[in-house]
Amino acid sequence: MADKTEESRFVYVTFIRTTAERLWQALTDAEFTKQYWMGVRVNAEWKPGGAWQLVFPDGRIADTGEVLEIDPPRRLVVKWRNEFMPEMKAEGYSQCVMELEPLGETIRLTITHTMERADSKFIQAVTGGWPQILSNLKSLLETGTAMVLK
Amino acid sequence: MRSEDAVFRALADASRRKLLDRLHRRNGQTLGELGQGLGMTRQGVAKHLAILRRANLVSWRREGRERLHFINPVPINEIAERWINKFERPRLEALAELKRKLEENDGRQN
Repeated sequence: MADKTEESRFVYVTFIRTTAERLWQALTDAEFTKQYWMGVRVNAEWKPGGAWQLVFPDGRIADTGEVLEIDPPRRLVVKWRNEFMPEMKAEGYSQCVMELEPLGETIRLTITHTMERADSKFIQAVTGGWPQILSNLKSLLETGTAMVLK
Repeated sequence: MRSEDAVFRALADASRRKLLDRLHRRNGQTLGELGQGLGMTRQGVAKHLAILRRANLVSWRREGRERLHFINPVPINEIAERWINKFERPRLEALAELKRKLEENDGRQN
């Protein structure tokens, strides 16, 4: 209880009409992420301890980190640090948990992003970014299916 | 019911908007914390939270014996994107910022 004021966190949930396998691919495949994640590509060695990074369209490194847990197509935990804004990089590593859970004809995707400090600038920044990324992801998987996936 | 209707219905109530405001200010609160000073019974707060959860405007995590509630703006963003072109967003944000600053100044002078 007492230490929860010492962290910054958000929990975002979206329901996407797709399969867990497709959603997993969308979260872990660079060709996919660049379509809904503002052009950003994810590169990682998909195993515990594997290096993880997000790369801007122009090749600059946006964020780096490490895969902490991976259980396809259910759960992915990433250690995550910003690399291009000095004041955010100085905050160190955050933790992002992505959970996929089938619910009827949809997958419930939960993103929990935590930084072990109060009033984190990094968490404040991604708080605004994630809803747009998730809306894009949802419309890509639900309406762009024919164009993109087949 | 996880449609837009559920979102609009959930937002059409001042008490529920107040609960969202509180979570926006400080994310990750228990039911007890959220209800403090609102003049609502615990059952009242629980009922409003259930409606917000069904509309997917509030998410939660179990932490030991507690359940922590978080604001989930994803459905609101989807509604906004339906009518707001992404190229308009920076201009709208600039306007909202201007309004906020001007009203802040008003408050200080009065």
